[in-house]
Amino acid sequence: MSTISTDPHHHADHGHHHPPAGLKRWFYTTNHKDIGTLYLLFALTMFFIGGAMAMVIRAELFQPGLQLVEPAFFNQMTTVHGLIMVFGAVMPAFTGLANWLIPMMIGAPDMALPRMNNWSFWILPFAFAILLMSLFMEGGGPGFGWTFYAPLSTKYSGDSTALFVFSVHIMGISSIMGAINVIVTIFNLRAPGMTWMKMPLFVWTWLITAFLLIAVMPVLAGTVTMVLTDKYFGTSFFDAAGGGDPVLFQHIFWFFGHPEVYIMILPAFGIVSSIVPTFSRKPLFGYASMVYATSSIALLSFLVWAHHMFTTGMPVFAELFFMYCTMLIAVPTGVKVFNWVATMWRGALTFEVPMMFAIAFIVLFTIGGLSGLMLAITPADFQYHDTYFVVAHFHYVLVTGAIFSIIAAAYYWLPKWTGHMYDETLGQWHFWCSLISVNVLFFPMHFVGLAGMPRRIPDYALQFADFNALISIGGFAFGLSQLLFVWLLVKCIKGGPAATSQVWEGAEGLEWQLSSPPPYHSFTTPPDVK
Amino acid sequence: MAKTYQTYYVPEQSPWPIVGAIALFLLAFGAGHFVNEVTRNKEGHGEYMLLAGVALLVFMLVGWFRNVIDESMGGLYSAQMDRSFRQGMSWFIFSEVMFFAAFFGALFYARMIAMPWLDGESNNAMTAEILWPDFSAHWPMTKTPGGIETTAMPWQGLPLYNTLILLTSSVTLQFAHVALEQGKRLQLRLMLLLTILLGASFLGLQAYEYMHAYQDLNLRLDSGIYGNTFFLLTGFHGLHVTLGALFLAIIWLRIMLKNHFTAHNHFAFQAAAWYWHFVDVVWLCLFVFVYVL
Repeated sequence: MSTISTDPHHHADHGHHHPPAGLKRWFYTTNHKDIGTLYLLFALTMFFIGGAMAMVIRAELFQPGLQLVEPAFFNQMTTVHGLIMVFGAVMPAFTGLANWLIPMMIGAPDMALPRMNNWSFWILPFAFAILLMSLFMEGGGPGFGWTFYAPLSTKYSGDSTALFVFSVHIMGISSIMGAINVIVTIFNLRAPGMTWMKMPLFVWTWLITAFLLIAVMPVLAGTVTMVLTDKYFGTSFFDAAGGGDPVLFQHIFWFFGHPEVYIMILPAFGIVSSIVPTFSRKPLFGYASMVYATSSIALLSFLVWAHHMFTTGMPVFAELFFMYCTMLIAVPTGVKVFNWVATMWRGALTFEVPMMFAIAFIVLFTIGGLSGLMLAITPADFQYHDTYFVVAHFHYVLVTGAIFSIIAAAYYWLPKWTGHMYDETLGQWHFWCSLISVNVLFFPMHFVGLAGMPRRIPDYALQFADFNALISIGGFAFGLSQLLFVWLLVKCIKGGPAATSQVWEGAEGLEWQLSSPPPYHSFTTPPDVK
Repeated sequence: MAKTYQTYYVPEQSPWPIVGAIALFLLAFGAGHFVNEVTRNKEGHGEYMLLAGVALLVFMLVGWFRNVIDESMGGLYSAQMDRSFRQGMSWFIFSEVMFFAAFFGALFYARMIAMPWLDGESNNAMTAEILWPDFSAHWPMTKTPGGIETTAMPWQGLPLYNTLILLTSSVTLQFAHVALEQGKRLQLRLMLLLTILLGASFLGLQAYEYMHAYQDLNLRLDSGIYGNTFFLLTGFHGLHVTLGALFLAIIWLRIMLKNHFTAHNHFAFQAAAWYWHFVDVVWLCLFVFVYVL
């Protein structure tokens, strides 16, 4: 896409080339690569903590009846699993990738506001410490679902609700500051010649994601604030007796919640749009249409929130409006899937691990998208609402969508970050184990959902027993498969064959013209982009 | 993008962000316990943790801004850096707009949709008849479906004066800005001081209005959706006026004591001014939708 005419090392003459030693490096850092690493390691840790909770859920659901945990604890597990995976695993992983990659991709010296960048990260471990500590409070942690619907979170919740509210507040502060940093970096720190339509798609998708974050995280802050005052200070935003409405909660929450869904998938589109051209050895098909499709998905995301609430008794006009707007999103998404497939068409394909995960993303994300279309049909949704079909749908888009793209990105850029090639055989094992187990895990959920099994309940009717046992086996296998990934990461960070600057034969873009690993400060003076 | 690209200043390692993260942890953890202690009469010491968080946050802000001011006065910043700050501040204000949008959204929904439905509109005739037979929809909702009664706050009088005060303060701030750009330092000092005093008198009157509401009108935070939206919207606005006034006061002190800011280099002044104008616009929306209509 672009080439550098100056050697970046030549200009790195302003003092420290090497990071300071010890723990201070990580606590005090202003370096986008260090902060990116911190974000990624934090996300991986939270992925395993949230994953352990999923294992508890699947263990309880292995058989009908109540055997392992109390129902209240089961509710806390589903709640905190969701919160951790959304706010602690997927979002920080994408922010970590943004930190590592955006400055290198646009030829910037660092992020625009490096100290604030550090603050954005270090808030997160504290926010999740509060959330996790609340599980050990008297009365237990939050058990009202990650969507914390009123009145579950206002009238029927425990004392830990206040901790939940304030931890969400500071997570929001972190996300907003991170997003402001990304936007300002992209607007203001592009190297000369890095025009808008030359930007790699990962940068484009993150720019739009950052806009979504700044627009909706404050709305989430407002929502939790109203929950707080309703629960503790006698307001009645979500209480009909005081003139409010519990459905109001859902409107405000999903006005945040639906753009949030795209916050978790747009950067994934950027990643896949980087990987597929490399291993197809062809430029991305339809670059401009990808940019426009991403923008239209983002705009539409503000007009579809009530498709989460079809069964709340909205007027028919609203049901139709939100149904049609939702279906409209299939158009730009279809453009994207078409473009990825067209990029591979007649390409000189090879199937290294990042490409395998990217292809799996395209197929499985599309399955998740199509079940989303089914859910978008209002009358059909009356049947699917709150069943395992919904669980199957959003796990296809979030696990085989967002998480697979993050894993693909990790394999793709790992040689660049560490300077070592990862173990390809182990990676292929990781891929195939993940691919098979994830489908054993989530695909049967479609069936039990269509047959009427409700979500978020620790017990179920006997006819769902066989499928649930199968689902649980898939779940344990998927969880264990991820240990292969950790083993591979440790091996790769410790050593391995040296990676070249370009790493992949077909890779293009500024980051591949830096050494592997790149110097601590990449572009102190900007490269000229042709 | 600038044609000529200066070296972008990337600060050295800084202890302030992690101090700020610890401060936010103490604030959130302390507040989470404190809220339970005051409303549920629980034993605990959340308030100390909360206060420690506030103190640490102030300490962090002072230290961090001292670094930034020193760097700026030391000439380390470029025009490009200045643009980063300006864009960052603009997006921060946009996030604040969205925060208020959540509460305005709640107000509009409660008023235009929830309230008529509680009185039987749309397909809710039976709900109204069986659950809330005595409720009739009118705004301000002085009697809730559950039967809480209150009195509406009239817009004439104090709220109107407060509107005029805040609008005037935006004008005086603009005069201060023009004076800064023209190098008229005395006018800058006076106009900025006047702006801060107007902001402070706004806050004083607002506090008086709250006492009036609680003591004379029986308008309270828990008086149903009218009181909820009234106090949360005006309350969060008042909080923002307080922060904006503090921000302006620090700028004023920097001008008085250190003679900071020049006609061409005054990002902090600009940011405080933007913030102040934003708070002013929020008040106008408030005045129209919370008080008048």
